[in-house]
Amino acid sequence: MTTDSAELTGLTGLTELTERTTAPTADEMMTVVASRALNNHDVVFVGIGIPSTAANLARRTHAPEVVLIYESGTIGTKPSRPPASIGDGELADTAVSVVSGPEIFAYWLQAGRINIGFLGAAQLDRFGNLNTTVVGDYDHPTTRLPGAGGAPEIALGAQHTVIVLRQNPRAFVDHLDFVTSVGHHRGSGSRRELGATGSGPSLVITDIGVLRPDSDTDELTLVSLHPGRTVDEAIAATGWPLTIAADLSVTEAPSSVELSLLREMSAMGESGRP
Amino acid sequence: MAQITSLSEAVAELVHDGDTVALEGFTHLIPMAAGHEIIRQGRRNLRLVRMTPDIVYDQMIGAGTATGLVFSWGGNPGVGSLHRFRDAVEHAYPQPLAIEEHSHAGMTVRYVAGASGLPFGVMRGYVGTDLPAHTDTITTVQCPFTGEPLTAVSALNPDVGIIHAQQVDREGNIGFWGIQGVQKETVLASRRSIVTVEEMVDSFDSRVRVVLPAWVVSAVAVVPRGAHPSYAHSYYQRDNAYYREWDAVGRDRDVFADWIRTHILETTDFSEHLRMVDSVLVEAS
Repeated sequence: MTTDSAELTGLTGLTELTERTTAPTADEMMTVVASRALNNHDVVFVGIGIPSTAANLARRTHAPEVVLIYESGTIGTKPSRPPASIGDGELADTAVSVVSGPEIFAYWLQAGRINIGFLGAAQLDRFGNLNTTVVGDYDHPTTRLPGAGGAPEIALGAQHTVIVLRQNPRAFVDHLDFVTSVGHHRGSGSRRELGATGSGPSLVITDIGVLRPDSDTDELTLVSLHPGRTVDEAIAATGWPLTIAADLSVTEAPSSVELSLLREMSAMGESGRP
Repeated sequence: MAQITSLSEAVAELVHDGDTVALEGFTHLIPMAAGHEIIRQGRRNLRLVRMTPDIVYDQMIGAGTATGLVFSWGGNPGVGSLHRFRDAVEHAYPQPLAIEEHSHAGMTVRYVAGASGLPFGVMRGYVGTDLPAHTDTITTVQCPFTGEPLTAVSALNPDVGIIHAQQVDREGNIGFWGIQGVQKETVLASRRSIVTVEEMVDSFDSRVRVVLPAWVVSAVAVVPRGAHPSYAHSYYQRDNAYYREWDAVGRDRDVFADWIRTHILETTDFSEHLRMVDSVLVEAS
């Protein structure tokens, strides 16, 4: 994999870069693990931010043929630098097809052509339901968040979703102030009663570890800890009594290639211009 | 038939106090100059419609043009919050803003219904969320053929739809390419429409992908760089620095008021504002 990645990226001086690689930050760890959730031939509906960075990292490492779709209507896009927004010209320039807003949501998402929906959120509950709308009362919010965007229908229509979110008590809450996008609803298979065509969250990736829904209750369960993280940290960062998997594993640390590429991409993104 | 006119005349004639107005553009081709002109002419009590109310609506809301907002995502893309929008929702400043909130998919279905002359559109959406409880333009219908429950959203038919495009030809037909969003649907769903364009051409560029015939557009105004700080594909790039710098302007009520005064109220047109903006125009090679 290491050789392939180096060839794919055409990086020169990779060895030199690798030697200078320092330990990953919490966000880098989360991004690298998220990139590993995508495989070749997956068709991924990508949101901006960490999901987009992770998706493009996957495309440049182990999944060169992953199909990336952005809600701006760009299908099969291969940006050479991280887009600053979901509608960057770079996404249109490098897309196989550019379609209208009505078409992207109806023909591509609603019709079931997306197998992974890649989502972030402000808040999440134990069943992977998401809030990106308000903190506090809807009519008199303490914090007004951006709102739904494409997420409600990505959460319903993608065959399954992967959620990327920093784990802390403000984000991992016992009760959502607002359900913007449904996950496993009230648990225990209740999502099926909603008539959702997709099967909901399969994976939640945080800066501390990885959670998966329990096969019976659908409650998010900690299945993996990132290197150096502890169960106590995960419990303290979660607003509900967190269930820990009996066979809790340790996440494989980011390779030097993954980290170098991620940092190269971040540096390009920050410049704001090609 | 599209009247080729100035932006100030188009806004004066077609946008009235109390209108429902949609300025669309999904990151690309955002009609910023038109938004500025509406502020400059002091329109009030507008009900604004837009999938992604970003900086242009932050400016319009903060400047007091709007008392209502129909939307699906209100943020500064890639940067963070829209502080004028938040101040209006959280503190009713400078006045209360009645919000009608949807998802992107729902908004596209509503525009298609509006453009198609239907009272509502059908989709799979919103189920399991709290949006239908707060938004009365979302409900459920039963499929008359299978009995399956589906989501219905009411049609959008703005009084005025405003978009930006790359080109107008001599006959007044509109041509654009790149990310299309709901540009076409916005014009076709609206009772009146204004299109600002980068340039007038004798015949369309081969890159044109969508054409709106002249007879469905009310007014066309040539406004070079009229989508800045968003972009016009093949003409200029998105000014990401402006989006980042807007955060500090929008965050403070007084800084914002000063900005609106110097950049809009005390300028005669958008080109004067552009000369004040420290931005680099990158012409397509």
